[in-house]
Amino acid sequence: MHTRTLAQLAEDLAAKRFSSVELTRHHLDRIESQGDALNAFITVTRDQALAEAEAADRRRAAGHATPLTGIPIAHKDIFCTADVKTTCGSRMLANFVAPYDATVVSRLRAAGAVMLGKTNMDEFAMGSSNETSYYGAVRNPWNTDLVPGGSSGGSAAAVAARLCTAATGTDTGGSIRQPAALTGVTGLKPTYGRVSRYGMIAFASSLDQAGTLTQTAEDAALMLSVMAGFDPRDSTSLEDPVPDYRQGLAEASAKITIGVPKNFFDPGLLPANRDAVQAALAVLEAQGATLKEVELPNVHLSVPTYYVVAPAEASSNLSRFDGIRFGHRAQETEDLTRYLMRTRGEGFGAEVKRRILTGTYVLSAGYYDAYYLKAQQVRQLIAQDFAAAFAQCDLLAGPTTPTPAFPLGQKTDDPVAMYLNDIYTIGAPLAGLPALSVPCGLVDGLPVGLQLIGPHFSEGPLLGAAHRFQQATDWHQRLPAGFE
Amino acid sequence: MSLTIDELNRLTELARLEITSPEVPDVLAKLTNIVAMVDQLQAADTDDVLPMAHPLDRQQRLRPDEVTESDQHERYQRNAGMVERDLYLVPKVIE
Amino acid sequence: MQWELVVGLEIHAQLATKSKIFSGASTRYGAAPNAQACLVDLGYPGVLPVLNGDVVTMAVKFGLATGCAIAPRSVFARKNYFYPDLPKGYQISQYELPIVQGGSLDIVLEDGQVKTIGITRAHLEEDAGKSLHEDFHGMTGIDLNRAGTPLLEIVSEPDMRSAAEAVAYMRKVHTLVRYLEISDGNMQEGSFRCDANVSVRPKGETSLGTRTELKNLNSFRFVEKAIQVEAERQIDVLEDGGRIVQETRLYDADHNETRPMRSKEEANDYRYFPDPDLLPVVVDSAWVEALRAQLPELPDAKRARFMDQYDLSAYDAGVLTAQRAVADYYEAVVAAAPDEPKVAANWVMGELTAALNTDNLDISASRVSAAQLAELLRRIADNTISGKIAKQVFEALWNQEGSVDEIIQARGLRQITDVGAIEALVDEVIANNPGQVAEYRAGKQKLLGFFVGQVMKASKGKANPGQVNVLLKEKLGEA
Repeated sequence: MHTRTLAQLAEDLAAKRFSSVELTRHHLDRIESQGDALNAFITVTRDQALAEAEAADRRRAAGHATPLTGIPIAHKDIFCTADVKTTCGSRMLANFVAPYDATVVSRLRAAGAVMLGKTNMDEFAMGSSNETSYYGAVRNPWNTDLVPGGSSGGSAAAVAARLCTAATGTDTGGSIRQPAALTGVTGLKPTYGRVSRYGMIAFASSLDQAGTLTQTAEDAALMLSVMAGFDPRDSTSLEDPVPDYRQGLAEASAKITIGVPKNFFDPGLLPANRDAVQAALAVLEAQGATLKEVELPNVHLSVPTYYVVAPAEASSNLSRFDGIRFGHRAQETEDLTRYLMRTRGEGFGAEVKRRILTGTYVLSAGYYDAYYLKAQQVRQLIAQDFAAAFAQCDLLAGPTTPTPAFPLGQKTDDPVAMYLNDIYTIGAPLAGLPALSVPCGLVDGLPVGLQLIGPHFSEGPLLGAAHRFQQATDWHQRLPAGFE
Repeated sequence: MSLTIDELNRLTELARLEITSPEVPDVLAKLTNIVAMVDQLQAADTDDVLPMAHPLDRQQRLRPDEVTESDQHERYQRNAGMVERDLYLVPKVIE
Repeated sequence: MQWELVVGLEIHAQLATKSKIFSGASTRYGAAPNAQACLVDLGYPGVLPVLNGDVVTMAVKFGLATGCAIAPRSVFARKNYFYPDLPKGYQISQYELPIVQGGSLDIVLEDGQVKTIGITRAHLEEDAGKSLHEDFHGMTGIDLNRAGTPLLEIVSEPDMRSAAEAVAYMRKVHTLVRYLEISDGNMQEGSFRCDANVSVRPKGETSLGTRTELKNLNSFRFVEKAIQVEAERQIDVLEDGGRIVQETRLYDADHNETRPMRSKEEANDYRYFPDPDLLPVVVDSAWVEALRAQLPELPDAKRARFMDQYDLSAYDAGVLTAQRAVADYYEAVVAAAPDEPKVAANWVMGELTAALNTDNLDISASRVSAAQLAELLRRIADNTISGKIAKQVFEALWNQEGSVDEIIQARGLRQITDVGAIEALVDEVIANNPGQVAEYRAGKQKLLGFFVGQVMKASKGKANPGQVNVLLKEKLGEA
């Protein structure tokens, strides 16, 4: 059952080949027997999942099923879930139970999806390897000595190992696409504001966007159709109508112009990765696309721009964690300042502390103009580069990451080297653009991702191109050894 | 340029974030590297470039002035470490 | 040396909305602790602010009423600092681009001169919660009901030169926000409070001295006393050869002194940046013009009109227009009893205000309606009762004893105007006081007052005093 895609399972359930309870139990058993090796889940909600599966089967019997009804999914532990612990990968929220559901969670719940549990992640989504989680690193199912990428590493690993059919994730600088590439799954980051951020614990509010980790682009279309849409509780949520993305797959044109940013084929790109991506571009071309070289002259400044803007916003977003109303609380009752410093010093891990301090630095008196304001200006230049590129092409295509998955521990002592792993993924969120990663090859037995980036609201064409690519290739069907 | 211990102390104070003495050398070294990396920005020509605060050029939506929330303090206070007479307790605030 | 005081005020007016600025929680005052703090007000992980449209309308009204420019695009920023009553660790406030910029208000000084006070800006922000310092085992209790209540912070230029000017300005703003119905202005409940920036400089000096900021002044009296005592302190320091330290100070009313705040803002680096959870607030100029057209008559215009239309003194017009509800009441009275607007003014400022004060009532809760007071004035004008008797009737009205005519009827207060009846009383008084009659007739004319008093007393105050006078003179003149 677990090798079936979401779209296939929807048909299976509709045809009553098996029930949601059977399907859910099968995945829960996989999590139990094979999950420990990966540490992909922080919380598994077995009883609740089975109850939801039963409800889904009843709903189907009553004739009210949607394509997602009864499908076992997992949520990144950054999404608040009423009455189920939400840790955000941090000691700070080790015992935090939100009194409400995130909009993403409630929409998927309303569609009848079954939640198997909450997936592991880099602490507060700050990381590119899933090693900053307070709950231990996630392992890459393709080789458990390697990282799965991050920050949505638990969701990526869980889908890659088919512990769940699909999972939610969030992407701030590449946190969906990078782990998707490193684990061989399809990762979609929609246009900023397309999916509500309500109930998604904020990292960098002007960049954060919820998306999906799935086996295929078709599955992503099914998930996004439910997740996307206006939410009055999020001022940055967009009122623009949501199309039926799955229906749109068939309608997407093959005769598109794909821009290939030459800046993405830099010396940092591993030759084997480059070859895999170029082979993928050749497939798209063979399908009718016109390839065109384009330039993104400021995109090389994406990483420094991001590492000013994101920590600045994060330093402020994370100020609410003071242990007073929720979260970890230090054993200090005398001195208020000492209490706050200890609470936060104990509750946050090393990478989160570095980001808070970096953000505090770039916003502080005397540095604001040189760093924060400058970064906002460069962000504008980067956005203008993308806009100019989209005047010449429909979509952009290139690598998702410079290398395949790297060993655990390899970059933990060098944050800057770790940050550079996001070099190709950071541009899209800076400009608020939708982007996705699809598996496009194996390098030394490890998955490699092809990244597609589109203009605002181009999820339809993006998913259409990815779907067409997946019709012609089978990289997305490859399973890591031991998880077949 | 490397970050000084005084600058670090100022940041930890502003951010109310304790860095214990054994952590200090590592934090200083890594922050210095990060600052050096972001310093690449200084090379960019940004004269007359408008700063970009939001990825989309949209305007704030306004909510009608209606009370939509009810008293749920008991539920909300279940996550709080110290509550007495429905108040959140903190070490004494001195004005 | 002669010193000059320089004061600027930052007034915080809570806006009179039903719900908070960024959440749907109620702003009602006096709820049980934390009963009105929803997830957004508590700064829970994952929740987001959504702006209340009415606060924008209210801020724009204030801007229009003070001749300010309305920013077509304004931006909310985050002011970052840690304080237990600030749940998110930052306050959402407009910083670089406030919605209201650059205007002024006129105040009337004690000598009657008019002075214009510049308004630098007015911006929207959220209020913080409250810290309760009573004993919780040496800890502090936090109530977040007030967190997220909308505030309009009105920042003046440093244009005031005395504590009295500062108070006059603050009163003027208070009058205005209530006219505009954008704040209830309730100072006991903290709906209207201010911080004062105070400095002194040698008279004639044009640059500003180092200022201190006096925080959280919540009554007109405290504003006046705090500024006075702080100015004196600064002058003492300077005259002793010392220097003023730029700092935040608190006014201690019990000791009538200011002292530096011990906590808070040591470094004062708020790290403002645009709040990424909120988008720019865009107001359309047609909408602003529509609001301008809907503005009520403002205090200055109303005062001038009262002087002109009702022939009132500047003082009377000022008192009657200080509150829009009082002015409306007065105009309702005059509309129904138009003959003597000055008499009506005296009644509103005298009997009515005294009765309201005694019972600690707002004019909106007056126990005598404008229609009733007008009726009373008409009964004076048509000689049904005298002005003196009218005070008895007013008291009875206040005690809800019936309508004006019912009270006059029930208490038999109708003025006696029947010549025969008054003549009988006059004859009786003359007959009963032969000695005084003789003295009067011998030339002691001032005794007339005595006879009038006796007749009025005999009539229980109901005889028409004019008629009594005429008849007495007539009868006493007869030899």
